[in-house]
Amino acid sequence: MKSFLDKVWSFLSSIKLAIVIFALVALTSIVGTVIEQQASYSENIRVLSSLVGQGLAPTAYKVLYALGFMNMYRSWWFLTLLSLFAVNLLVCSIDRFPAIWRIMRAPVKPIAHDQMKRMPIKEEFVSPGSPDSWLEKSVSAMKSIGFTARTEKEAGGPVQLFAQKHAWSRSGVYVAHISILVILIGALVGVFFGFRGYVDLPEGYTANIVYSNDMDMSDPGQVARRESLLGALYSEGGDLQKAAQSLNESLPGYEKDLRSVGVIPLDFQVLCQQFQVQFYGQTDMPKAYRSLITVLENGKPVVTKWIEVNHPLKYKGVMFYQSSFRLRHDLSNGVAIMDVRSPSGQTETLKMKVGQSFSIPGTKETVRLAKFNPALAFDDQGHAETYSQLMTNPAVKVDITGPDGAQSSKWIVQRYPETWSLPDGSSIGLTDFWGVQATGLQVRKDPGVWIVYLGCILLALGLYVAFFMSHKKIWVRLAPDKKGTLFTVAATCPKNRHAFEREIEKMVTHLKGGN
Amino acid sequence: MESSRFFGLSEMAYILAMVVYVIHIAFRKKAVGVTATGLAVFGFASQTLAILLRWREFYLLSGMGILRSIPLTNLFESIIFFVWCLMLGYLIMEFRYKNRSFGAFVTPVAAVALLFINLSGMSTQIEPLVPALQSNWLLAHVTLSFISYSAFALSFSTGLMYLIVTTEDRREGAYIFWTVMLGIFAAVLMAMGLDYIRFSSAMKSETFVRDFLFKSSYESGSSAVRVISYAATAALVFLVWRFGYILKKVITGFNMQAATLDEITYKSVAVGFPIFTLGGLIFGAIWANQAWGVYWSWDPKETWSLITWFIYAFYLHARFLRGWKGRKIAMVATMGFVAVIFTYLGVNLLLSGLHSYGSR
Ligand code: HEM
Repeated sequence: MKSFLDKVWSFLSSIKLAIVIFALVALTSIVGTVIEQQASYSENIRVLSSLVGQGLAPTAYKVLYALGFMNMYRSWWFLTLLSLFAVNLLVCSIDRFPAIWRIMRAPVKPIAHDQMKRMPIKEEFVSPGSPDSWLEKSVSAMKSIGFTARTEKEAGGPVQLFAQKHAWSRSGVYVAHISILVILIGALVGVFFGFRGYVDLPEGYTANIVYSNDMDMSDPGQVARRESLLGALYSEGGDLQKAAQSLNESLPGYEKDLRSVGVIPLDFQVLCQQFQVQFYGQTDMPKAYRSLITVLENGKPVVTKWIEVNHPLKYKGVMFYQSSFRLRHDLSNGVAIMDVRSPSGQTETLKMKVGQSFSIPGTKETVRLAKFNPALAFDDQGHAETYSQLMTNPAVKVDITGPDGAQSSKWIVQRYPETWSLPDGSSIGLTDFWGVQATGLQVRKDPGVWIVYLGCILLALGLYVAFFMSHKKIWVRLAPDKKGTLFTVAATCPKNRHAFEREIEKMVTHLKGGN
Repeated sequence: MESSRFFGLSEMAYILAMVVYVIHIAFRKKAVGVTATGLAVFGFASQTLAILLRWREFYLLSGMGILRSIPLTNLFESIIFFVWCLMLGYLIMEFRYKNRSFGAFVTPVAAVALLFINLSGMSTQIEPLVPALQSNWLLAHVTLSFISYSAFALSFSTGLMYLIVTTEDRREGAYIFWTVMLGIFAAVLMAMGLDYIRFSSAMKSETFVRDFLFKSSYESGSSAVRVISYAATAALVFLVWRFGYILKKVITGFNMQAATLDEITYKSVAVGFPIFTLGGLIFGAIWANQAWGVYWSWDPKETWSLITWFIYAFYLHARFLRGWKGRKIAMVATMGFVAVIFTYLGVNLLLSGLHSYGSR
């Protein structure tokens, strides 16, 4: 029985298994990058058609689907492979630890003369002067390359100096291996205690739920359940408590149901006050975009922060990342924010909806906000058109009625201040058209991320030590000789031997030649 | 743009250096060797100047901080940086080991990489950064990744040379492996050359390259052209396979010990692996976490980095097993670099053409 356990143990700790796992993970992952993961049927049929031809694509799809390749990084066999990898690492580390520990703790000891000559680095030469006269010099020569030598007298006269450096660097490989386990643990913590969601918030809107990224939308039953649970919430104006009551459920029970269909309730609310996008020059390439987000607890604001790409907001362990933006389909609730300046320089900020009118202070003109265009362009005939689905070039059209009743109209374009001035010297500057853009936020909670980062630090340190540091041992033997002292130098070093040999050369020059 | 002139100059210098290094191997004249080194140093200097100039141009254009304006944001710039690292590494090696033989292998890699820029017709314009790319982590990520790619490129050339030197029998697996690999490599480059000749006038952006890649050969609209392309590739592979011994003669001619080649292969992987782990995987994950809140999402680029990492882990560990010395392990090292190339180019140019996210 023991021998069977031994076999299992040595199988699980073998490098051979590690190598097989490396190859399997690499090969299967290749398939996973060719098949688009978690994509629709038609998408992957298209991909497969271009690879194996239209005729074979449905069959190929069926086979790959049955094998779990459509969502392979979460398939049972891939997770099994990763678990086996983790077990392999763990068992291998446990198996090797005692040996590594012994090597790290073992002091250097003097070795026999003929054993020195079999070391990978060795040198022998004679220098004038007695061994005794060389002793102190030898110690300081070794010190000069960083070794603190101990001395021992051999029977019959010869003296041996010996030292070692960086014995602990043997643990580098070990640390690197353990760190991968740490990273995997961190990833598991994230999977079990965190979530990955998103929410799309128009300016002025508040949310207390977010939608999971991991919801499988291909199951019609789930989707229908989700609709009905969300329907209850909408009809109660977003109040979770009341929605639960309307379904005759307790609040925790209702929240649990929501989670099961990919809707994650937050225990606070987030409000998007404003969204802004800035472009490079007058191009349509976004340079920066940001949202002014307020966190509310029971309707009372607690935190307000501008978030932008690479600068998220963190509240109660939940992170809000700026990820995208869009224009709402319905532009009718938008409010133009305008700086209106009279000919005499008096300014006033106005907030107006399309259809409303105002007068410019100090003049007898009335201005009516006739139209809003989020991306104004003119076609060949000079007709206004909308050239993109984003607010790339916002403009408002104003109809101006003069004191004499004369009518004129004009486009005021936010990007082009030269369009702001009116003939009588007053001006209408468009600063924003609020309420028509929506900000796309990724919402994450991942309590495991710090464990992952710790693992990353350990991995970097472990690999650095494993590849760039090395456990060096050195022996110098001084024996009396007819012409003075016979030096025997021997050293071992598992890595970067050439660099160490050069150091030893440096030391040896101190020991060669006259006393 | 001032910088493009110096890029052109450095490209020419590297191509000339390649020719002279090869002549040097053949004749072993000191003067020839010095000329080759001179050309390489000149090319390197003008490339350095060009990178600095482009940095300045980018800085002036973007109006962002000086660090954020490092020219390392698109395919063109990163290839330039890769070549720069490779040449720096090579020149250091040449001066330290006083050996010019590798020049004949490293300068072609540099020249091919730069020619690839011309052949693929990718955009060399300075492009402003989209918000997600405005991160210092990204900078560290890209810089270190490319340093590690250069180390892997070195291990690839020495690994390949090891295979060339140690194989002879045309029916042997390792021989077939390297000849097929070299043949396909050459064929793909030629196919890109064809694309260039056909579409050069219109070529602009990376998306464009993606849409037209191999359209004059393997992906042509005409099935005759497609068949001919595959047949020509097969013929080329056959030629390399049939006459591979000539290459062996050339390389054995300049006294490269197989053991030295094996050691350099291992050493450059040993340098590349930790840098790739830190820069490619860890910094990439930190950046992704800052930008989107997920440090790992199994997207094709990340997955291919992981595949690359596992192949090199395979390499490192297989060395500890009996029976995995020599040719077998050299094949793993060369496969590792194929994965590197695919991580960098294949994901952008091939996979994203296949998937819908590429066209979005
Ligand atoms: C992807 C995960 C892994 C990484 C990044 C990794 C990294 C390393 C590195 C860098 C070395 C040193 C190689 C050298 O000095 O040339 C090493 C050695 C080694 N690894 Fe791993 N390793 C991994 C997984 C594993 C697994 C799963 C095992 C399980 C058996 C394993 C067992 C070993 C052993 C036995 C050595 C030899 C150590 C020595 O005696 O120097 N490794 N590993």
